[in-house]
Amino acid sequence: MSLQLVWFGLIGLIMAIYAATDGYDLGVGVLYPFLARTDEERGVLRQSIGPVWDGNEVWLLVLGGALFGTFPLAYAIALSAFYLVIMLVLFGLILRAVSLEFRSHSSGGQARLWDAAFFVGSFLPALLFGVAVGNVVRGIKLGPGTGGQPGDFVGSFSSLLNPYALLVGLTGLAAFVSIGASWAAFKTEGALQERAARARSWAQAVLVVLLVLTTVYTALDSATKTQLSDGLSRAMGWVGVALLVAGLGYGRWAMVAKKDGEAFVGAMTTIFGLMAIGEAGLYPDLVRSLDAGAQAVTIHNASSSHLTLTVMLVFALVALPVVIAYQVYVQRIFSGRVGLEDVEY
Amino acid sequence: MDAVTLARLQFAFTIGFHFLFAPLSIGLSVMLVLAERRYYKSGLETDKRASAFWLKLFIATVAIGVATGVPMEFSFGANWSNYSRFVGDVFGFPLAAEGLLAFFLESTFAGVLIFARKRVSKGVYYASAWLVMIGAHLSALWILIANSWQQTPAGFKIVAGRARLDSVWAAIINHSTVGRVLHTVFASWTIGAFFAAAVCAYYILKGRHLDFAHRALPTALAIGLVSTVMMPLIGDVQARDIITYQPAKLAAIEGVFESGADQPANLIGWVDEGGKKVTGLKFPGGLSLLVGGNTSTPVTGLDEFPRRDWPPVQTVFQSYHLMVSLGMLLILVALIGIYYAWRRRLAYHRWYLYLLLPVAVLPWIATESGWITAEVGRQPWVVYGLMRTSQGASPSVSASQIALTLALFVLIYALLFVAYVWVMAGIIKKGPGRVPVAAEGAVAAQRAVASQGAGGIGEATDEGVGT
Repeated sequence: MSLQLVWFGLIGLIMAIYAATDGYDLGVGVLYPFLARTDEERGVLRQSIGPVWDGNEVWLLVLGGALFGTFPLAYAIALSAFYLVIMLVLFGLILRAVSLEFRSHSSGGQARLWDAAFFVGSFLPALLFGVAVGNVVRGIKLGPGTGGQPGDFVGSFSSLLNPYALLVGLTGLAAFVSIGASWAAFKTEGALQERAARARSWAQAVLVVLLVLTTVYTALDSATKTQLSDGLSRAMGWVGVALLVAGLGYGRWAMVAKKDGEAFVGAMTTIFGLMAIGEAGLYPDLVRSLDAGAQAVTIHNASSSHLTLTVMLVFALVALPVVIAYQVYVQRIFSGRVGLEDVEY
Repeated sequence: MDAVTLARLQFAFTIGFHFLFAPLSIGLSVMLVLAERRYYKSGLETDKRASAFWLKLFIATVAIGVATGVPMEFSFGANWSNYSRFVGDVFGFPLAAEGLLAFFLESTFAGVLIFARKRVSKGVYYASAWLVMIGAHLSALWILIANSWQQTPAGFKIVAGRARLDSVWAAIINHSTVGRVLHTVFASWTIGAFFAAAVCAYYILKGRHLDFAHRALPTALAIGLVSTVMMPLIGDVQARDIITYQPAKLAAIEGVFESGADQPANLIGWVDEGGKKVTGLKFPGGLSLLVGGNTSTPVTGLDEFPRRDWPPVQTVFQSYHLMVSLGMLLILVALIGIYYAWRRRLAYHRWYLYLLLPVAVLPWIATESGWITAEVGRQPWVVYGLMRTSQGASPSVSASQIALTLALFVLIYALLFVAYVWVMAGIIKKGPGRVPVAAEGAVAAQRAVASQGAGGIGEATDEGVGT
C-alpha cells in the first residue's frame, strides 16, 4: 500500500470526523432561529455546543494543514479554483466564531444581530462545503499544466454553481441539519427537545429524498457517471453504503424508540457513510477534470515527497490518538442534557 | 491595481489584524495561569473572581483571534497557489502540526475553563489553564517555524521546480527559528503585561477593585520588565543571523547603501532612496560594533544587490526604528513601575498610573512594526532568495475577485474591531466583581490563614495601600 493511498484514507477520515463533529454544531446554528423561541431556549442551544464547537472546528484546520502538506497541488488548485466559495465559507466561520462569544456579552438589539450572524455564519459553510464537494466529484475545468503537473482552474465562478453541485450542497446541508437536530434533541429538555426531535425526523426524511436524487443524477449525468475504478475503492464504496444504510436505519429506529443518544449515533454513522462513498467514488483523484484532455489532480501527481509523507504520517499517528483521547475525556465532562437553569454563559 | 498587489494587501491586512489579537491572547494566558495558580493554592473567593476576570478577557480575545486566524490557513492556497505548489512539501507540515498540537489543546481546554468550573475539580481546572497557555504558545511556535522557513529556507532541495524536504530537522529547527519564537513570545507577553497593567491602573485611579489591582499590577509590571529587557538581547542574536542570511534586509534596516566598515547606527532618521543616503541622528560605527564587536567590522550594503532585489528601504528602516524606540521607552516605563512597586508607592504616583493607560497601546505598535520589519524586509522574496512574491500568486484568481473579498474583509473586520473593543470595555468596566462587604474585611484574615497553611504564598500583597 503506497503512502499516497494511506494519506488519501487519512485525509478522508479527518474530513469525515470534521463533517460529523463540526457538522452537528453547524446544524444547530442553521436550526437556531427555528428551534428556539425564547432567549432562554436560545441560550440552551448555544450552551449545548459552547464547550465543543471550537475544538470541532480545529478538525478543519488540521484538514487544511494536512492537505497542504501531503497533497500541496490539490490544496493549491482546489482552494484557488473555489476562491469565492471558500471566501464565503471563511466569512461565515468568522461571523460564527465571534457571534457565539460576543452574544454572551450583549442584550436587546445587539443580541439579535449576533443571533443573525450565528445563523448566517452556520448556514453558509453548511451549504457551501457540499457545493465544493459536488464540483470536485463532477470535475472542474482545469488548464494544461507545466512539467507534468496538473494545471490551474480556468473556468468561471458561475460554472461552479451548476445544478449537480447545488444538489450536493443541499444534500450536505440536509445531513448537517439532520445531525444538528439529533444533537439538539439529545442535549436539551422539554418543549425545545420535542421541537428538535420533530426537526430530526423531518431532516432525515429530506436527506433521504435528496440522497436518492443525487444518486440518480450521479448515475445519469455524463460528467459524474464514473466507474469505481478498482477493487479497493469498490470495497470502500460498499462499506460506505453499508454505513449509510445502517446509520439511517438505526437512526430511524432510535427516533421512534425515543432514544436520543442512539439517534445521534445514527446520524453520525450516516455522515461517515456519505464521506466514505464520496471518497471511494473519487479515488484516485483529488480534483476531477471536466475535460478529458486536461489531467485530473490525483493522489499521485499532487503528492509531496516520500520523506514528507512519512514524517507527517508518523506525526499524525502519534498525535491523533492523544487528541482524540482528551477530546473524548472533555466531552464526557459535558455529558448530560443542558437545562434552562444551566445556562451561565 | 494588479492581482498580485491586491493579494499582498489582503494578506497584509488580514494577518496584520489577526496579529493584534493572537499576541494579546498569549500574554493574557500567562496572567490567567498565574491568577488560577493563586486560587488553586488559596481557595479564596476573591482569587477565583480574579481568575474568572482574566479568563473573560482572554476568551473574548481568543474568539476574535480564532475567527481571524482560520482564514489565514486557507489564504495560502486561495491567494497564493503557486507559492503553495512550490513550498507545500515543507510548509504544510508545520501548519498541520499547529492544528494538531496547539489549536486542539487550546480550544478543547478553553471549553473546560469557560463551562466546567463546577464540573471538574480545582486540580483539573488549574491543569486546564496550563494546557490552554501551553496550546497558545505552541501555536506561536509552529507558525513561526513555518515563517522562519520562508525567511531562511533550509533542509530542502529543488526538484522539478518545487522545494523538496531533504532534512526534517534542518527545515524545522532553522537557525533563525529559536530567536524568532522567543522574540515573538516576549513581544506577546509585553502586550499582555502592559494591557494588564493599564487595567489595574484604571481600577486604582477609579478606586475600584483595589485588592485585585494592587496584587496584579506588580505582577504585570514584572512580566513587562523581563519581556522588554529580553527583547533587545534576543534581537541582537537575530541581527547576527540576518547579516549572514538576509544581508539586504539588514542593509535596509539601517539604510546601508554602500558596503564597508565603520557603519553607523541611527537613532532616528529619514531615508532618501533615490539619493542613496540617510539623514539622521547617528551613532558612529554603531552598526559595525553591534554586528561584529568592533567598528571596523564590514557590513554588506544595498550596492551589492541589484535594485530589483531591494526591499522597500524606507518602510523597513522606519518600522525597525519605531520598534526599537518604543521598546526602549517600554523598558523605562516598566523600570519606574517596578521601582515604585518595590517601594510600595505605586498608588501615590497618580501621574504614573495615568501614564500606563495610553502606554498600553505602544507594545502593539512596536510588535506590528517589528513584524513589518521582518516581513517587508524579506521582500521582494516570498521564500528568501528562491521565489519572488510576484511569482507566488494564484493564476486562476482575478484582481476583481481579490478586490471584492478584500473589501469584505475590511468591512467585517471593522465591525469585529468595534464589537471587540465594546465587549472588552464592558468586561473591564464590570471588573472582577466585589466580594460582599462583610466578607471583604475577612479576606485579609482569610488570606493570612491561607498563606500560613500553604507555606507563605500570600506574601507581598499591597494590602492597605491606597485604601
